[in-house]
Amino acid sequence: PEATAKRMAWVVQVYAVRDNQDRKAFAELFGYFAPRVKSFLMKSGASPDLAEECTQEVMATLWNKAHMFDPSKASVSTWIFTIARNRKIDILRKQRRPEPEDLPWGPEAEPDQVDAMGLQQETEQLGQALATLPAEQRQLIERAYFGELSHSQIAAETGLPLGTIKSRIRLALDRLRHAMK
Amino acid sequence: MMNDMKQIKHHLTEPLLIGYAAGTLPEAFNLVVATHISMCDTCRAALAEYEAVGGEVMLDADPVDVAEDALAATLAMIDGGHLAERPKPIRTQNSVFPGPLQDYISGDFDSLKWRKVGGGVSQLVLNTSKDASVRLLRIPAGTAVPDHGHQGTELTLVLQGAFTDEEDRFGAGDVEVANEDLHHTPVAEEGVDCICLAATDAPLLFNGIVPRIAQKFIGI
Ligand SMILES: [Zn+2]
Ligand SMILES: [Zn+2]
Repeated sequence: PEATAKRMAWVVQVYAVRDNQDRKAFAELFGYFAPRVKSFLMKSGASPDLAEECTQEVMATLWNKAHMFDPSKASVSTWIFTIARNRKIDILRKQRRPEPEDLPWGPEAEPDQVDAMGLQQETEQLGQALATLPAEQRQLIERAYFGELSHSQIAAETGLPLGTIKSRIRLALDRLRHAMK
Repeated sequence: MMNDMKQIKHHLTEPLLIGYAAGTLPEAFNLVVATHISMCDTCRAALAEYEAVGGEVMLDADPVDVAEDALAATLAMIDGGHLAERPKPIRTQNSVFPGPLQDYISGDFDSLKWRKVGGGVSQLVLNTSKDASVRLLRIPAGTAVPDHGHQGTELTLVLQGAFTDEEDRFGAGDVEVANEDLHHTPVAEEGVDCICLAATDAPLLFNGIVPRIAQKFIGI
């Protein structure tokens, strides 16, 4: 519950940035996430200088895209990770990144509170499940995400502890599809 | 070509979804993955999970100190307002090509510059980074692609029509993931021409029965 409260606090901070351009809320997000984004980028092969520059761009993108954040579809950690990953492909790998089409928005633009809370909670559970994996298995997963393993080196069954979060995301998609009809 | 998931039987594999989520795949493979996900909610939901894993891996990494003036520099960047954002792809109604693919081809379907590769099959190579290649294949209804094996990984996503090979039948939205183990002869179904998006990270290995055609495939 405490950990979920921390995640909900991040959501509130992103909302404060979105609604009030709240620099204090932004500074709090920055203080927590920027060093982790930088770590991810360096582990993915960026030099310290490049990782620093890239991290600042990632955090600026958070500010600019705060209106697109939807806590019923992603935790703040997931969302920032995807921004960092996209920046990594742009800057580090110098490639274009083809992205899936966005699903068109249905009439219910404001995300459901219960869904948002549920997803934050389940992402927290996922994080805890990852932390309790045997060290060897966890390292393999980390190496896959840091780009030390190619897709053909990733075993077909990674044994990732997925489950509840999948049904939550699936539910959100089904609702969106339904709303579009 | 609406998202009727019930018809999609062949999905992306876990390693491909992880690679896409992590941003470690070649651009050509990213294009196939993004195109399939545009057609498939099952894989869209799965991708969201793998991105969540990525977020947790990032949270768990040992934090690295940022520069002392990093926050101030970032706020200055925000105030300066010069951070370019790319628009997300939007599909043109009723197109054979989902949004991400439309970014890679210019013009509409009828103006595409197909190149004959023999046996009635035509292709259109798309421009991506060199670590893998991707092309559109147009296989006339009832025609076979020459029998071949694979060195690396080959992803074939059906956009229109269907083909059948030694493995199964693949219809619109289905993706076949082939590797060294698979040797196959895909045959397009009768009816409409089969249009596929095919990516590979190594040249295909043809049997040499039709070397001229094979050469053209390999020469890419
Ligand atoms: Zn799928
Ligand atoms: Zn093949």
